[in-house]
Amino acid sequence: MSLEARVGVRLGALALDVALDAEAAQTVVLLGPNGAGKTTVLRVIAGLLALDAGRVVVDGQVLDDPVSGAWIPTERRPIGYVFQNDALFPHLSALENVAFGLRARGARRREANQQAQVWLERVGVAEYADARPGALSGGQAQRVALARALVLEPRVLLLDEPLSALDATVRVDTRRQLRRHLDDHPGVRIVVTHDPVDAMTLGDRVIVLEAGRVVQAGPLAELRERPRSRYVADLVGVNLYRGSADRGRIRLREGGELVTAGHGSGDVFAVVHPRAVALHRLEPEGTPRNVLAGTVDHLDVEGDRVRVIVAGAVPVTAEVTPAAVTELELTAGAAVWASIKATEISVYPA
Amino acid sequence: MRDALWLSLVCSVGATALAFVLGLPLAWVLARTDLPGRHVVRALVLLPMVLPPVVGGVALLLAFGRRGLVGQYLDDWFGIRLPFTTWGAIVAEAFVAMPFFVIVVEAGLRSLDQRYEEAAATLGARRLTTFRRVVLPLIAPSVIAGAALTWARALGEFGATILFAGNLQGKTQTMPLAIFIELQTNLGGAIALSLVLLALSVVVLVSLRDRWFPA
Repeated sequence: MSLEARVGVRLGALALDVALDAEAAQTVVLLGPNGAGKTTVLRVIAGLLALDAGRVVVDGQVLDDPVSGAWIPTERRPIGYVFQNDALFPHLSALENVAFGLRARGARRREANQQAQVWLERVGVAEYADARPGALSGGQAQRVALARALVLEPRVLLLDEPLSALDATVRVDTRRQLRRHLDDHPGVRIVVTHDPVDAMTLGDRVIVLEAGRVVQAGPLAELRERPRSRYVADLVGVNLYRGSADRGRIRLREGGELVTAGHGSGDVFAVVHPRAVALHRLEPEGTPRNVLAGTVDHLDVEGDRVRVIVAGAVPVTAEVTPAAVTELELTAGAAVWASIKATEISVYPA
Repeated sequence: MRDALWLSLVCSVGATALAFVLGLPLAWVLARTDLPGRHVVRALVLLPMVLPPVVGGVALLLAFGRRGLVGQYLDDWFGIRLPFTTWGAIVAEAFVAMPFFVIVVEAGLRSLDQRYEEAAATLGARRLTTFRRVVLPLIAPSVIAGAALTWARALGEFGATILFAGNLQGKTQTMPLAIFIELQTNLGGAIALSLVLLALSVVVLVSLRDRWFPA
Protein backbone atom coordinates (compact mmCIF):
# COMPACT_ATOMS: atom_id res chain seq x y z
CA MET A 1 0.00 0.00 0.00
CA SER A 2 1.31 3.40 -0.89
CA LEU A 3 0.19 6.91 -1.60
CA GLU A 4 1.82 9.28 -4.03
CA ALA A 5 0.36 12.73 -4.23
CA ARG A 6 1.38 15.98 -5.78
CA VAL A 7 -1.18 18.50 -4.73
CA GLY A 8 -1.51 21.73 -6.67
CA VAL A 9 -4.56 23.78 -5.72
CA ARG A 10 -5.47 27.44 -5.77
CA LEU A 11 -7.97 28.43 -3.11
CA GLY A 12 -8.39 32.15 -2.71
CA ALA A 13 -5.10 33.55 -1.46
CA LEU A 14 -3.63 30.10 -0.87
CA ALA A 15 -1.51 28.57 -3.63
CA LEU A 16 -0.84 25.03 -2.55
CA ASP A 17 1.96 22.96 -4.01
CA VAL A 18 2.83 19.95 -1.92
CA ALA A 19 4.44 16.61 -2.72
CA LEU A 20 3.50 13.83 -0.35
CA ASP A 21 4.56 10.19 -0.54
CA ALA A 22 3.67 7.70 2.12
CA GLU A 23 4.18 3.98 2.61
CA ALA A 24 2.01 1.46 4.41
CA ALA A 25 2.30 1.14 8.18
CA GLN A 26 3.78 4.59 8.44
CA THR A 27 2.27 7.69 9.98
CA VAL A 28 3.01 10.91 8.18
CA VAL A 29 2.19 14.09 10.05
CA LEU A 30 1.36 17.28 8.20
CA LEU A 31 2.36 20.02 10.58
CA GLY A 32 1.90 23.72 10.09
CA PRO A 33 0.21 26.89 11.28
CA ASN A 34 -3.46 27.59 10.57
CA GLY A 35 -4.08 28.45 6.95
CA ALA A 36 -1.01 26.59 5.68
CA GLY A 37 -3.18 24.28 3.57
CA LYS A 38 -2.92 21.08 5.63
CA THR A 39 -6.63 20.29 5.58
CA THR A 40 -6.80 21.11 1.88
CA VAL A 41 -4.24 18.36 1.20
CA LEU A 42 -6.44 15.85 3.03
CA ARG A 43 -9.55 17.03 1.17
CA VAL A 44 -7.79 16.55 -2.16
CA ILE A 45 -6.71 13.01 -1.25
CA ALA A 46 -10.27 12.25 -0.14
CA GLY A 47 -11.74 13.67 -3.33
CA LEU A 48 -13.70 16.38 -1.52
CA LEU A 49 -11.75 18.91 -3.56
CA ALA A 50 -10.48 18.52 -7.12
CA LEU A 51 -6.88 19.17 -8.11
CA ASP A 52 -5.90 22.08 -10.31
CA ALA A 53 -2.55 20.48 -11.01
CA GLY A 54 -0.75 17.36 -9.89
CA ARG A 55 -1.83 13.79 -9.26
CA VAL A 56 -3.15 11.53 -6.52
CA VAL A 57 -2.23 7.84 -6.84
CA VAL A 58 -2.99 5.04 -4.37
CA ASP A 59 -1.44 1.64 -5.05
CA GLY A 60 -0.95 2.50 -8.71
CA GLN A 61 -4.58 3.58 -9.14
CA VAL A 62 -4.94 7.18 -10.29
CA LEU A 63 -7.63 8.87 -8.21
CA ASP A 64 -7.28 12.38 -9.58
CA ASP A 65 -5.32 13.71 -12.53
CA PRO A 66 -6.55 16.87 -14.21
CA VAL A 67 -4.26 16.28 -17.21
CA SER A 68 -5.66 12.86 -18.16
CA GLY A 69 -9.08 13.65 -16.70
CA ALA A 70 -8.96 10.68 -14.34
CA TRP A 71 -11.30 11.13 -11.38
CA ILE A 72 -12.60 8.70 -8.79
CA PRO A 73 -15.36 10.19 -6.62
CA THR A 74 -14.99 10.21 -2.85
CA GLU A 75 -17.40 7.35 -2.22
CA ARG A 76 -15.29 4.99 -4.34
CA ARG A 77 -11.91 5.94 -2.91
CA PRO A 78 -10.17 3.52 -0.51
CA ILE A 79 -9.92 6.14 2.19
CA GLY A 80 -11.04 6.75 5.74
CA TYR A 81 -11.47 10.30 6.99
CA VAL A 82 -11.64 11.43 10.60
CA PHE A 83 -12.93 15.00 10.53
CA GLN A 84 -11.98 17.79 12.86
CA ASN A 85 -14.66 17.90 15.59
CA ASP A 86 -15.62 14.32 14.61
CA ALA A 87 -18.63 15.12 12.29
CA LEU A 88 -20.58 12.16 13.67
CA PHE A 89 -24.14 11.94 12.36
CA PRO A 90 -26.15 13.52 15.19
CA HIS A 91 -29.35 11.56 14.45
CA LEU A 92 -27.68 8.13 14.63
CA SER A 93 -26.41 6.23 17.67
CA ALA A 94 -22.69 5.57 18.08
CA LEU A 95 -23.23 2.04 16.80
CA GLU A 96 -25.22 3.20 13.77
CA ASN A 97 -22.54 5.77 13.01
CA VAL A 98 -19.86 3.09 12.91
CA ALA A 99 -22.10 0.70 10.96
CA PHE A 100 -23.02 3.41 8.41
CA GLY A 101 -20.07 2.80 6.08
CA LEU A 102 -20.53 -0.97 6.11
CA ARG A 103 -24.24 -0.56 5.34
CA ALA A 104 -23.49 1.93 2.55
CA ARG A 105 -21.15 -0.68 1.06
CA GLY A 106 -23.90 -3.26 1.05
CA ALA A 107 -23.50 -5.16 4.35
CA ARG A 108 -26.61 -6.49 6.07
CA ARG A 109 -27.75 -4.66 9.16
CA ARG A 110 -26.92 -7.56 11.52
CA GLU A 111 -23.39 -8.06 10.20
CA ALA A 112 -22.74 -4.35 10.07
CA ASN A 113 -23.90 -3.88 13.66
CA GLN A 114 -21.85 -6.83 14.86
CA GLN A 115 -18.70 -5.53 13.25
CA ALA A 116 -19.41 -2.01 14.48
CA GLN A 117 -19.76 -3.34 18.02
CA VAL A 118 -16.36 -5.06 17.74
CA TRP A 119 -14.77 -1.77 16.75
CA LEU A 120 -16.50 0.20 19.47
CA GLU A 121 -15.01 -2.30 21.92
CA ARG A 122 -11.61 -2.00 20.33
CA VAL A 123 -11.56 1.78 20.80
CA GLY A 124 -12.99 1.41 24.28
CA VAL A 125 -16.47 2.94 24.04
CA ALA A 126 -18.61 -0.21 23.73
CA GLU A 127 -20.86 0.85 26.60
CA TYR A 128 -21.96 3.94 24.64
CA ALA A 129 -23.13 2.02 21.57
CA ASP A 130 -26.71 3.27 21.89
CA ALA A 131 -25.83 6.85 22.79
CA ARG A 132 -26.34 9.70 20.35
CA PRO A 133 -23.21 11.78 19.62
CA GLY A 134 -24.72 14.69 21.53
CA ALA A 135 -24.56 12.66 24.72
CA LEU A 136 -20.89 11.71 24.29
CA SER A 137 -17.90 13.58 25.69
CA GLY A 138 -15.32 14.97 23.27
CA GLY A 139 -12.95 12.07 23.87
CA GLN A 140 -15.67 9.44 23.42
CA ALA A 141 -16.95 11.08 20.23
CA GLN A 142 -13.41 11.15 18.90
CA ARG A 143 -13.07 7.41 19.46
CA VAL A 144 -16.37 6.69 17.76
CA ALA A 145 -15.24 8.80 14.80
CA LEU A 146 -12.00 6.82 14.66
CA ALA A 147 -13.89 3.52 14.79
CA ARG A 148 -16.22 4.74 12.04
CA ALA A 149 -13.23 5.29 9.74
CA LEU A 150 -11.24 2.19 10.79
CA VAL A 151 -14.11 -0.29 10.45
CA LEU A 152 -13.84 0.00 6.65
CA GLU A 153 -10.13 -0.88 6.78
CA PRO A 154 -9.17 1.96 4.46
CA ARG A 155 -5.91 1.80 2.57
CA VAL A 156 -5.33 5.46 3.35
CA LEU A 157 -6.46 6.82 6.72
CA LEU A 158 -6.75 10.60 6.96
CA LEU A 159 -7.09 12.37 10.30
CA ASP A 160 -7.73 16.11 10.50
CA GLU A 161 -6.69 17.60 13.86
CA PRO A 162 -7.95 14.49 15.66
CA LEU A 163 -7.15 15.84 19.12
CA SER A 164 -7.80 19.56 18.81
CA ALA A 165 -11.34 19.43 20.20
CA LEU A 166 -10.26 17.72 23.42
CA ASP A 167 -9.39 19.42 26.67
CA ALA A 168 -5.98 18.88 28.21
CA THR A 169 -6.99 16.19 30.72
CA VAL A 170 -8.29 13.65 28.20
CA ARG A 171 -5.93 14.72 25.49
CA VAL A 172 -2.84 12.94 26.79
CA ASP A 173 -4.70 9.69 27.25
CA THR A 174 -6.51 9.87 23.91
CA ARG A 175 -3.28 10.74 22.13
CA ARG A 176 -1.52 7.67 23.49
CA GLN A 177 -4.39 5.41 22.47
CA LEU A 178 -4.63 7.03 19.07
CA ARG A 179 -0.95 6.20 18.56
CA ARG A 180 -1.70 2.58 19.37
CA HIS A 181 -4.63 2.39 16.93
CA LEU A 182 -2.60 4.07 14.23
CA ASP A 183 0.21 1.56 14.74
CA ASP A 184 -2.30 -1.28 14.41
CA HIS A 185 -3.66 0.05 11.14
CA PRO A 186 -1.86 -1.59 8.24
CA GLY A 187 -2.48 1.15 5.68
CA VAL A 188 -1.07 4.59 5.07
CA ARG A 189 -1.81 7.05 7.88
CA ILE A 190 -1.80 10.80 7.44
CA VAL A 191 -2.42 13.10 10.39
CA VAL A 192 -2.90 16.85 10.16
CA THR A 193 -2.07 18.88 13.23
CA HIS A 194 -0.74 22.23 14.34
CA ASP A 195 0.40 20.83 17.68
CA PRO A 196 4.06 19.76 17.82
CA VAL A 197 3.37 17.37 20.71
CA ASP A 198 0.75 15.57 18.61
CA ALA A 199 3.24 15.46 15.76
CA MET A 200 5.94 13.97 17.93
CA THR A 201 3.69 11.41 19.58
CA LEU A 202 1.88 10.27 16.47
CA GLY A 203 4.25 10.73 13.58
CA ASP A 204 7.01 8.63 12.10
CA ARG A 205 7.74 11.31 9.60
CA VAL A 206 6.79 14.97 9.59
CA ILE A 207 6.10 17.30 6.71
CA VAL A 208 6.01 20.93 7.69
CA LEU A 209 3.78 23.19 5.63
CA GLU A 210 3.84 26.95 5.60
CA ALA A 211 1.69 29.04 3.27
CA GLY A 212 1.05 26.11 0.96
CA ARG A 213 4.67 24.96 0.63
CA VAL A 214 6.71 22.23 2.24
CA VAL A 215 9.38 24.00 4.29
CA GLN A 216 10.85 20.86 5.77
CA ALA A 217 10.22 17.12 5.67
CA GLY A 218 11.87 14.28 7.47
CA PRO A 219 12.00 12.21 10.61
CA LEU A 220 11.27 14.01 13.85
CA ALA A 221 14.82 13.84 15.14
CA GLU A 222 16.01 15.72 12.12
CA LEU A 223 13.47 18.47 12.66
CA ARG A 224 14.61 18.81 16.21
CA GLU A 225 18.32 18.90 15.38
CA ARG A 226 18.23 20.81 12.15
CA PRO A 227 15.17 23.05 11.87
CA ARG A 228 15.07 24.97 8.64
CA SER A 229 12.54 27.67 9.43
CA ARG A 230 11.60 29.98 12.27
CA TYR A 231 8.30 28.11 12.63
CA VAL A 232 9.96 24.73 13.08
CA ALA A 233 12.56 26.18 15.45
CA ASP A 234 9.80 27.67 17.60
CA LEU A 235 7.94 24.36 17.55
CA VAL A 236 10.89 22.35 18.80
CA GLY A 237 11.94 25.21 21.07
CA VAL A 238 15.43 26.10 19.91
CA ASN A 239 17.22 29.28 18.86
CA LEU A 240 17.67 29.39 15.11
CA TYR A 241 19.97 31.81 13.29
CA ARG A 242 20.83 32.19 9.67
CA GLY A 243 23.84 33.90 8.17
CA SER A 244 26.98 33.43 6.17
CA ALA A 245 29.81 31.46 7.72
CA ASP A 246 33.45 32.17 7.23
CA ARG A 247 36.27 30.52 9.19
CA GLY A 248 34.34 29.83 12.33
CA ARG A 249 32.37 33.07 12.35
CA ILE A 250 28.80 33.52 11.21
CA ARG A 251 27.67 36.94 10.17
CA LEU A 252 23.96 36.87 10.95
CA ARG A 253 21.35 38.15 8.54
CA GLU A 254 19.62 40.20 11.19
CA GLY A 255 22.92 41.68 12.35
CA GLY A 256 25.45 40.48 14.92
CA GLU A 257 27.91 37.66 14.85
CA LEU A 258 28.34 34.20 16.36
CA VAL A 259 31.59 32.36 16.93
CA THR A 260 31.39 28.63 16.28
CA ALA A 261 33.69 25.68 16.56
CA GLY A 262 32.99 24.32 13.09
CA HIS A 263 34.45 25.45 9.81
CA GLY A 264 31.37 25.56 7.60
CA SER A 265 31.16 28.27 5.03
CA GLY A 266 28.56 29.98 2.92
CA ASP A 267 24.86 30.30 3.75
CA VAL A 268 24.23 28.36 6.96
CA PHE A 269 21.76 27.76 9.76
CA ALA A 270 22.98 27.76 13.34
CA VAL A 271 21.05 26.20 16.19
CA VAL A 272 21.53 26.76 19.90
CA HIS A 273 19.50 24.89 22.46
CA PRO A 274 18.21 27.22 25.22
CA ARG A 275 19.79 24.88 27.81
CA ALA A 276 23.16 25.79 26.39
CA VAL A 277 22.64 29.50 27.00
CA ALA A 278 23.83 30.93 30.33
CA LEU A 279 22.62 34.25 31.74
CA HIS A 280 24.61 36.78 33.78
CA ARG A 281 23.77 40.13 35.37
CA LEU A 282 27.36 41.38 34.87
CA GLU A 283 29.39 41.02 31.71
CA PRO A 284 31.04 37.63 32.08
CA GLU A 285 34.68 36.85 31.47
CA GLY A 286 35.64 33.31 30.66
CA THR A 287 35.72 30.66 28.01
CA PRO A 288 32.35 31.25 26.28
CA ARG A 289 33.18 32.82 22.98
CA ASN A 290 29.79 34.41 22.46
CA VAL A 291 28.64 37.03 24.91
CA LEU A 292 25.45 38.85 23.91
CA ALA A 293 24.05 41.92 25.62
CA GLY A 294 20.30 42.32 25.88
CA THR A 295 17.28 42.90 28.07
CA VAL A 296 14.78 40.38 29.33
CA ASP A 297 11.69 40.58 27.15
CA HIS A 298 9.52 38.08 28.99
CA LEU A 299 9.58 34.76 30.84
CA ASP A 300 7.70 31.54 30.06
CA VAL A 301 7.36 29.02 32.85
CA GLU A 302 7.44 25.46 31.52
CA GLY A 303 7.20 22.91 34.28
CA ASP A 304 10.29 23.12 36.44
CA ARG A 305 12.14 25.31 33.97
CA VAL A 306 11.82 28.91 32.93
CA ARG A 307 12.49 30.11 29.41
CA VAL A 308 13.87 33.61 29.43
CA ILE A 309 13.40 35.46 26.15
CA VAL A 310 16.16 38.03 25.77
CA ALA A 311 15.86 40.84 23.25
CA GLY A 312 19.00 42.41 21.85
CA ALA A 313 21.13 42.74 18.75
CA VAL A 314 21.10 38.93 18.66
CA PRO A 315 17.86 37.74 20.25
CA VAL A 316 18.22 34.57 22.27
CA THR A 317 16.13 32.32 24.51
CA ALA A 318 17.70 30.74 27.59
CA GLU A 319 16.37 27.95 29.72
CA VAL A 320 17.13 28.31 33.43
CA THR A 321 15.80 27.08 36.77
CA PRO A 322 13.26 29.08 38.79
CA ALA A 323 15.94 29.44 41.47
CA ALA A 324 18.22 31.20 38.99
CA VAL A 325 15.40 33.56 38.03
CA THR A 326 14.97 34.59 41.68
CA GLU A 327 18.70 34.81 42.37
CA LEU A 328 19.48 36.95 39.33
CA GLU A 329 16.26 38.94 39.73
CA LEU A 330 15.32 38.27 36.13
CA THR A 331 12.23 40.27 35.35
CA ALA A 332 11.00 41.87 32.17
CA GLY A 333 13.26 44.81 31.30
CA ALA A 334 16.28 43.60 33.30
CA ALA A 335 19.62 44.03 31.54
CA VAL A 336 21.43 40.71 31.11
CA TRP A 337 24.33 39.08 29.34
CA ALA A 338 23.85 35.78 27.59
CA SER A 339 26.82 33.54 26.94
CA ILE A 340 27.06 30.61 24.55
CA LYS A 341 30.03 28.30 24.16
CA ALA A 342 31.14 28.00 20.58
CA THR A 343 30.96 24.18 20.82
CA GLU A 344 27.25 24.35 21.70
CA ILE A 345 26.34 25.88 18.35
CA SER A 346 25.51 23.39 15.64
CA VAL A 347 25.95 24.65 12.12
CA TYR A 348 24.57 23.19 8.90
CA PRO A 349 24.20 24.43 5.36
CA ALA A 350 21.03 26.31 4.48
CA MET B 1 -70.65 21.13 1.62
CA ARG B 2 -69.11 17.86 2.76
CA ASP B 3 -68.00 17.38 -0.84
CA ALA B 4 -66.14 20.66 -0.76
CA LEU B 5 -64.42 19.96 2.56
CA TRP B 6 -63.36 16.47 1.46
CA LEU B 7 -62.16 17.76 -1.91
CA SER B 8 -60.23 20.54 -0.21
CA LEU B 9 -58.41 18.00 1.94
CA VAL B 10 -57.68 15.72 -1.02
CA CYS B 11 -56.43 18.56 -3.19
CA SER B 12 -54.35 20.27 -0.53
CA VAL B 13 -52.71 17.02 0.57
CA GLY B 14 -52.18 16.07 -3.09
CA ALA B 15 -50.66 19.47 -3.81
CA THR B 16 -48.37 19.12 -0.79
CA ALA B 17 -47.26 15.67 -1.97
CA LEU B 18 -46.59 17.08 -5.44
CA ALA B 19 -44.61 19.96 -3.92
CA PHE B 20 -42.61 17.43 -1.89
CA VAL B 21 -41.77 15.26 -4.89
CA LEU B 22 -40.82 18.17 -7.15
CA GLY B 23 -39.63 20.62 -4.51
CA LEU B 24 -37.19 18.40 -2.61
CA PRO B 25 -34.83 17.78 -5.54
CA LEU B 26 -35.28 21.39 -6.62
CA ALA B 27 -34.32 22.71 -3.19
CA TRP B 28 -31.30 20.40 -3.18
CA VAL B 29 -30.15 21.65 -6.58
CA LEU B 30 -30.58 25.27 -5.48
CA ALA B 31 -28.76 24.76 -2.17
CA ARG B 32 -26.03 22.30 -3.07
CA THR B 33 -24.96 22.73 -6.68
CA ASP B 34 -23.55 25.59 -8.66
CA LEU B 35 -25.51 24.73 -11.75
CA PRO B 36 -25.38 27.59 -14.24
CA GLY B 37 -28.70 29.36 -14.43
CA ARG B 38 -29.85 28.29 -10.98
CA HIS B 39 -30.57 31.92 -10.14
CA VAL B 40 -33.04 31.97 -12.99
CA VAL B 41 -34.52 28.69 -11.75
CA ARG B 42 -34.89 30.12 -8.26
CA ALA B 43 -36.62 33.23 -9.63
CA LEU B 44 -39.03 31.03 -11.61
CA VAL B 45 -39.75 28.88 -8.58
CA LEU B 46 -40.54 31.91 -6.47
CA LEU B 47 -42.56 33.65 -9.17
CA PRO B 48 -45.93 32.16 -8.10
CA MET B 49 -45.45 33.81 -4.68
CA VAL B 50 -45.60 37.28 -6.17
CA LEU B 51 -47.82 36.49 -9.12
CA PRO B 52 -51.56 37.14 -8.62
CA PRO B 53 -53.03 33.62 -8.46
CA VAL B 54 -55.52 34.46 -11.21
CA VAL B 55 -52.61 35.27 -13.52
CA GLY B 56 -51.08 31.96 -12.47
CA GLY B 57 -54.31 30.28 -13.54
CA VAL B 58 -54.11 31.92 -16.96
CA ALA B 59 -50.49 30.78 -17.29
CA LEU B 60 -51.46 27.25 -16.34
CA LEU B 61 -54.24 27.25 -18.94
CA LEU B 62 -51.81 28.45 -21.61
CA ALA B 63 -49.33 25.75 -20.64
CA PHE B 64 -51.53 22.79 -19.70
CA GLY B 65 -54.85 23.65 -21.40
CA ARG B 66 -56.06 21.20 -24.04
CA ARG B 67 -54.46 23.33 -26.74
CA GLY B 68 -51.70 24.56 -24.42
CA LEU B 69 -47.95 24.37 -24.97
CA VAL B 70 -47.56 21.17 -22.96
CA GLY B 71 -51.22 20.24 -22.60
CA GLN B 72 -51.78 19.26 -26.23
CA TYR B 73 -49.02 16.64 -26.02
CA LEU B 74 -50.26 15.35 -22.68
CA ASP B 75 -53.64 14.87 -24.35
CA ASP B 76 -52.35 13.46 -27.68
CA TRP B 77 -49.75 11.11 -26.23
CA PHE B 78 -51.08 10.09 -22.84
CA GLY B 79 -54.72 11.11 -22.94
CA ILE B 80 -54.17 13.23 -19.85
CA ARG B 81 -56.40 16.29 -19.51
CA LEU B 82 -55.77 18.54 -16.54
CA PRO B 83 -58.16 21.49 -16.89
CA PHE B 84 -61.49 21.13 -15.11
CA THR B 85 -60.43 17.93 -13.33
CA THR B 86 -59.47 17.20 -9.73
CA TRP B 87 -55.89 16.69 -10.93
CA GLY B 88 -56.08 20.16 -12.41
CA ALA B 89 -57.10 21.56 -9.02
CA ILE B 90 -54.16 19.76 -7.41
CA VAL B 91 -51.73 21.14 -10.01
CA ALA B 92 -53.12 24.66 -9.61
CA GLU B 93 -52.74 24.51 -5.82
CA ALA B 94 -49.24 23.01 -6.07
CA PHE B 95 -48.21 25.74 -8.52
CA VAL B 96 -49.18 28.46 -6.10
CA ALA B 97 -48.05 26.78 -2.88
CA MET B 98 -44.80 25.01 -3.83
CA PRO B 99 -42.54 28.08 -3.40
CA PHE B 100 -43.18 27.93 0.34
CA PHE B 101 -41.86 24.39 0.43
CA VAL B 102 -38.81 25.11 -1.71
CA ILE B 103 -37.84 28.23 0.25
CA VAL B 104 -38.08 26.59 3.65
CA VAL B 105 -36.31 23.38 2.61
CA GLU B 106 -33.58 25.25 0.76
CA ALA B 107 -32.93 27.34 3.88
CA GLY B 108 -32.80 24.14 5.94
CA LEU B 109 -30.29 22.60 3.54
CA ARG B 110 -28.13 25.71 3.56
CA SER B 111 -27.93 25.73 7.32
CA LEU B 112 -26.98 22.03 7.39
CA ASP B 113 -23.24 21.56 7.87
CA GLN B 114 -21.90 20.08 4.63
CA ARG B 115 -19.43 17.97 6.58
CA TYR B 116 -22.17 15.42 7.25
CA GLU B 117 -22.58 14.85 3.54
CA GLU B 118 -18.81 14.78 3.08
CA ALA B 119 -18.44 12.30 5.93
CA ALA B 120 -21.09 10.07 4.34
CA ALA B 121 -19.22 10.18 1.03
CA THR B 122 -15.93 9.19 2.69
CA LEU B 123 -17.81 6.23 4.17
CA GLY B 124 -18.77 5.06 0.69
CA ALA B 125 -22.34 6.34 0.52
CA ARG B 126 -23.62 7.51 -2.86
CA ARG B 127 -25.50 10.78 -3.10
CA LEU B 128 -28.94 9.21 -2.95
CA THR B 129 -28.05 7.09 0.08
CA THR B 130 -26.53 10.14 1.73
CA PHE B 131 -29.65 12.16 1.01
CA ARG B 132 -31.99 9.50 2.33
CA ARG B 133 -30.06 8.42 5.41
CA VAL B 134 -28.27 11.62 6.43
CA VAL B 135 -29.65 14.77 4.84
CA LEU B 136 -33.37 14.07 5.03
CA PRO B 137 -33.43 13.07 8.72
CA LEU B 138 -31.34 16.12 9.60
CA ILE B 139 -33.52 18.61 7.72
CA ALA B 140 -36.76 16.92 8.78
CA PRO B 141 -37.91 19.96 10.81
CA SER B 142 -37.57 22.18 7.73
CA VAL B 143 -39.37 19.65 5.55
CA ILE B 144 -42.24 19.39 8.01
CA ALA B 145 -42.51 23.15 8.42
CA GLY B 146 -42.33 23.69 4.66
CA ALA B 147 -44.95 21.02 4.02
CA ALA B 148 -47.31 22.50 6.60
CA LEU B 149 -47.04 25.97 5.12
CA THR B 150 -47.53 24.58 1.63
CA TRP B 151 -50.55 22.63 2.73
CA ALA B 152 -52.11 25.66 4.40
CA ARG B 153 -51.51 27.82 1.33
CA ALA B 154 -52.95 25.13 -0.95
CA LEU B 155 -56.00 24.78 1.28
CA GLY B 156 -56.89 28.43 0.78
CA GLU B 157 -56.12 28.59 -2.94
CA PHE B 158 -58.83 30.30 -4.97
CA GLY B 159 -57.77 32.25 -8.05
CA ALA B 160 -55.59 29.77 -9.93
CA THR B 161 -57.90 26.89 -9.06
CA ILE B 162 -61.12 28.48 -10.32
CA LEU B 163 -59.44 29.61 -13.53
CA PHE B 164 -57.62 26.41 -14.34
CA ALA B 165 -59.90 23.79 -12.81
CA GLY B 166 -63.25 25.54 -12.77
CA ASN B 167 -65.94 25.23 -10.17
CA LEU B 168 -67.46 21.77 -10.59
CA GLN B 169 -69.08 20.52 -7.44
CA GLY B 170 -67.50 17.30 -6.18
CA LYS B 171 -64.71 17.55 -8.77
CA THR B 172 -62.99 20.89 -8.44
CA GLN B 173 -65.12 22.95 -6.09
CA THR B 174 -62.89 23.25 -3.03
CA MET B 175 -63.84 25.08 0.19
CA PRO B 176 -62.81 28.60 -0.87
CA LEU B 177 -64.81 28.22 -4.07
CA ALA B 178 -67.79 26.86 -2.18
CA ILE B 179 -67.59 29.79 0.24
CA PHE B 180 -67.61 32.21 -2.68
CA ILE B 181 -70.70 30.56 -4.20
CA GLU B 182 -72.44 30.25 -0.85
CA LEU B 183 -71.88 33.93 -0.15
CA GLN B 184 -74.10 34.91 -3.09
CA THR B 185 -77.13 33.19 -1.60
CA ASN B 186 -76.53 32.33 2.03
CA LEU B 187 -74.33 34.56 4.21
CA GLY B 188 -74.67 32.33 7.26
CA GLY B 189 -73.46 29.25 5.38
CA ALA B 190 -70.49 31.17 4.02
CA ILE B 191 -69.52 32.31 7.51
CA ALA B 192 -69.79 28.75 8.86
CA LEU B 193 -67.55 27.41 6.09
CA SER B 194 -65.09 30.23 6.67
CA LEU B 195 -64.89 29.37 10.34
CA VAL B 196 -63.99 25.76 9.47
CA LEU B 197 -61.10 26.94 7.30
CA LEU B 198 -60.01 29.45 9.94
CA ALA B 199 -59.96 26.72 12.57
CA LEU B 200 -57.83 24.47 10.35
CA SER B 201 -55.29 27.25 9.73
CA VAL B 202 -55.04 28.10 13.42
CA VAL B 203 -54.43 24.44 14.31
CA VAL B 204 -51.58 24.24 11.78
CA LEU B 205 -50.05 27.48 13.00
CA VAL B 206 -50.20 26.42 16.64
CA SER B 207 -48.75 22.98 15.98
CA LEU B 208 -45.89 24.61 14.10
CA ARG B 209 -45.28 27.31 16.67
CA ASP B 210 -42.29 25.65 18.32
CA ARG B 211 -40.44 24.95 15.09
CA TRP B 212 -41.32 28.09 13.27
CA PHE B 213 -41.22 30.67 16.04
CA PRO B 214 -38.84 29.22 18.63
CA ALA B 215 -39.48 30.67 22.06
